[in-house]
Formats: sequence, structure tokens, C-alpha cells
Amino acid sequence: MLLQRFLVRLMTILVTLFGVAVVVFVVIRVAPGDPIAMMLPPGASNDDIARLRALYGLDKSIVQQFFIWLAGVLHGDFGTSISLRQDVLGLVFNRLPATLELATVALLMAVAIGVSAAILGARSRGTAVEAGIDIASGATLSIPDFLWGLVLILLFGVLIPVFDISGRVSPQLDLPFVTQFYLAESLLRLRFDLTWDLLKHMLMPAIALALPLAAIIAQLLKQSLKEVLDLDYVVLARVKGFSETQVILREALKNAALPTLTLVGVQFTFLIGGTVIVERLFSYEGLGNMAIDAVINRDLPLIQGIVLVFALLFVLINLGVDMMYALLNPRLRHG
Amino acid sequence: MDEARILRRGLSPRLWLAGGWLLLALLAAIFAPLIAPQDPLAQDLMLERLPPFWLDGAEPGYWLGTDSLGRDLLSRLIFGGRIAFIVAFAAAASACLIGSALGLIAGYFGGWADRVISRIVDVWMAFPPVLFAILLVAVLGTGLSSVIIAIAVIDWTRFCRVIRAEAMSQARMDYVESARIAGYGRIGIMLREVLPNVLPSVVALLSLEMGIAVIVEAILSFVNLSISTDDPTWGGIIAEGRLSIHQAWWVLVFPLITLIFTVLSFSQFGEGLKARFDPVLR
Repeated sequence: MLLQRFLVRLMTILVTLFGVAVVVFVVIRVAPGDPIAMMLPPGASNDDIARLRALYGLDKSIVQQFFIWLAGVLHGDFGTSISLRQDVLGLVFNRLPATLELATVALLMAVAIGVSAAILGARSRGTAVEAGIDIASGATLSIPDFLWGLVLILLFGVLIPVFDISGRVSPQLDLPFVTQFYLAESLLRLRFDLTWDLLKHMLMPAIALALPLAAIIAQLLKQSLKEVLDLDYVVLARVKGFSETQVILREALKNAALPTLTLVGVQFTFLIGGTVIVERLFSYEGLGNMAIDAVINRDLPLIQGIVLVFALLFVLINLGVDMMYALLNPRLRHG
Repeated sequence: MDEARILRRGLSPRLWLAGGWLLLALLAAIFAPLIAPQDPLAQDLMLERLPPFWLDGAEPGYWLGTDSLGRDLLSRLIFGGRIAFIVAFAAAASACLIGSALGLIAGYFGGWADRVISRIVDVWMAFPPVLFAILLVAVLGTGLSSVIIAIAVIDWTRFCRVIRAEAMSQARMDYVESARIAGYGRIGIMLREVLPNVLPSVVALLSLEMGIAVIVEAILSFVNLSISTDDPTWGGIIAEGRLSIHQAWWVLVFPLITLIFTVLSFSQFGEGLKARFDPVLR
């Protein structure tokens, strides 16, 4: 049952990815402006231009180009970046870890803030504290990550300059890293000085990304907790003498978490989508920042590669959440 | 019932506050040439980076100060509101029209129409929206209509998903069945019976989407891909403010406050309208 569900989902994922590839491919090839003309010095001969067009396969029809590109992608070859003249897959893998680390830190912060607020709200339901949490989460939710980023830049970059608001790591530091997962590697190498520097750079963009998600978690989880807290088995736990906080943590949370979990999955993809502009805002050297440069430089192969990697991330997260939901929900497990 | 009454009493002020701010900003944008104290494009290097009126060194007539080219910040904000509201209305209305139509068809007719539309929505949802918007505007060329088209092309899915779900549940209701027995055609039922019942959700989403459109326009201006750089836009002022943040913080603070107020107002206004229309809460 679970396997069948998994296979069906896998099929839809392939269809979705194919659709994304087609859409990007068509959209960027209708673009006016010749990427080849942009990379050659003025005064290049027509022969040079034609040779370069042939080199990047731009002299063929769109359909031909698509299938040549697709065949390459299936072999792990995403082509060569026009503006950076390097292998697209290499460039993407070089930047992806920075984005993944930022998104993961943001997700952890969102869950920590959201769950704490939900528990506090459910514990003090009907009081001014709950009303305060409602108002705060409602306002936080309405303000997108881009604006939160700017607010944080003003507060902690200018007013009280305690955090770095630009880059991923202090440029003067000597980095011993062999992978691009700087944060994880600094922890493994026990170089906590570097961890601290990385976190100081990451904290502001991560909070900007985390706040809207934290607000959604707080609202939804609080609602589910309040519903569960009226059920018989929770009342029984209360009668047995557990305190309200114990009841929430030990009994209610596990059963109230399922709807929130599904939502967090979908919202996590929005958070990753938000890294594009937030990375730009904080000059953080991730995939999103590179994507904007790629668009501005009309770097077709690089844009295609990055968008496809983002799409792959999105569908994999959705698949993961779906599977987790199926595993955790007894109705689906035995259905 | 008690809860509903409390909720409604709590809603009115937020509807008033949000609506009030939006009306004020809209009127300022419409009558910008009459209200703006200065020419928003006039540069004067003698007046560069003047602080807002309550600080030392401020010049009378430049209430919120000037940017690094000596242009009056308040006038630029007022004129920037014009583009923000044009984009908000045009983009949200287009996204709403496309998304609601497709959502209504998918939800009410079901079958292969639903399968095709839902698959397209899946594909659309797999794009990072901001990157998609930047890509589309880069392709279409910068300009007001490109920004509006890009937002509509990306955000129709928001309407489609909600309206599809609503139309699906409405289609199963008794009143639809009785309309069918009474001899109405499928499209007639969809437009006359189902559409009015999904309208409250559409209105709330529409207001929310206007706020989103304002933000997307600001983001596009921020990466220098929106309207021509001469016309003042909120995002353009923010981009300029981000650069001179250590010399002239006000160039970032005032457009940021304006944007936050506007976005909050659009979403609160939408929520307030939805609660007012919702028969369960009413």
C-alpha cells in the first residue's frame, strides 16, 4: 500500500520535473537579447559568433535543443555556463550547500519559535497571553521574508550593529574546509570559532526566512493542541495529576503534530523559494544569489540548471512529507 | 455564538484601520502631482542626504529628507505609490481572473479537466516564485506591463487551488443537485449557483494578492528589473536606501514602513472582509 503510494508519487514527480524543464526551456528561449553577443567583445566577426552559437548548440531548433539538453541532463551533464564558462552542475553543487545550510538553520529556528509559541498559547488559552500570541503571529505572518530582512538589516546592522549583514563568512578568515557545507564541517572539525563566525552571518537571513513560517506553525499547532486538550485521554492524564505543561508535552503534542507537519513541509518549500531574494539582500553566496546573476547575465544553461535543482528540491521535500505523513498516520498505514 | 460576536467586534477596528491606510495611500497616489511637495525626479546635489524634519540640518519643504542625489523622499514615496497601486490592482485582478476560472472548471467539472489543470498547478508550484518572476521580467523586458504579466502568470495558482477546493465541495451540495433536477445546464449552474458561493473566498484572496503584488513589484525594483529606473518605485527607493544605509538610514526606513503598512493592511482587509462575508461567523 505504502509502496504503491510511493510509486504513484514518483511518477507524478517525474511528470512535474519534465513540465518544469519544458516551461523554463521555452520561456528563456523566447527571450530577446543574444547571450552569445553579450559574451564576445564588440567587433567580433560573424564567423566567431556562429562558431560560438554552434558550440553552445544555439544554432539548432528549440525542440532539438531541448532533447539534446534533456539527454545531457539524464547523463548528469547540465551544460556549460555561458557567463562563468564552467560546468553548470559543478557551479550548482558549489553553491547549493550554502543555501541548504541557510534553509535548514531557518527551518530549525522556525520550528523552535513556532512550537514554543504554540505551547505557551495553548497553556494559557483564554488569557491575554494567548491573545498577544494571536496578534503577533497574525502580523508576523503578513510580512514577507523580504521585508523582515530589511527590518533586521536596520535593527541589527545599523541601529545595534552586532551581526554581520553581508556575506557568508568573514573574508579575512583562513578556511580549512574541503566541502561547501561550512557550518556542518566547522562543527565536525570542532572549529567553533568558525562556527560562530558563520552563524553571525547566517542568523539575520535565517530569522528573516524563519519568522513567517514560525507564525504559521504557532497558529496551526496551537489550534490542534487546543482541540486535543479537550479529549478524554488528556483529561484523564490531567486527573492523574500531571501538570498542564506535562500534559501538553507528553500527551497532546504527539497527536496534535500531524496537521502541522504536513503544512511545514509545504511551507518549507516556500522558505527555500524565499532564499533567492533573502540571499541577495544579505549578499549571501548561495544558489539563489547566483540565480539572479544568471538571469541578469542571460546565462541560459545556468538558469535551466538552477531552476531544475530548485524544482527537484521542492518535489523531494513534498515527497518526504507525504511519506512521513503516511508512516505516522495509522489510518493511512493500515488503509 | 458568543465567540462569533467577540470576533466580530474585534474585527471592525482592523477593517477600519486597514481600509483607512489603503484609502489614504491610494488618494495620495492618485493626487500625487497636487500633494507632493517637490518634483520627485528633481536632483539637487546641494541638498543631498538631508535628514527628516525633526533632525538638525533638515531643510523646510523636505519633510522626510532627501536621497543621495538630493531628491525629495516624501515626493518619491507618494509618486511610487502610483506604480504600487497600478500593479496591485492590475496584477491581482488578472491572476484572480485566470486562477478563478481554471479553479472553477477543475473543481466543478472534475474528470480530465481537473487532472490537466491540477498537473499544471503542480508544475507551477515547483518553481521558486521570486526566481520565476525575475526570469519572466528579464524575458519580457522591464516595464510596467511586464511586471503585471509576470505576477499574474505566477500567482494564478493561489486562486486556482482555493477556488478548486471550494467549487468541489459546493458541487456536492444539495442545492446544486436540485438546480440540476430543475433543468439548469452545467455551465449555468457553475456560474449562477457555485460562483456566488465561492465569491467570499475570492474577495479575501484578491486583497491578499494585492499585497503580494506590491511586494513582488518592490522585489523586482530592488533587483533593478521593474520599471525604468527614472520613475520612483518603493522597491527602487529601498534598493537605494540599502546602499546608503550607513549614511542616510531614512532612505530605507520610510519606504520600508510604507510597504509594511500597505502589505499588512491588504492582508488584514482581506481577512476582515472574509470574516464579514462568512455566513458561519456572521
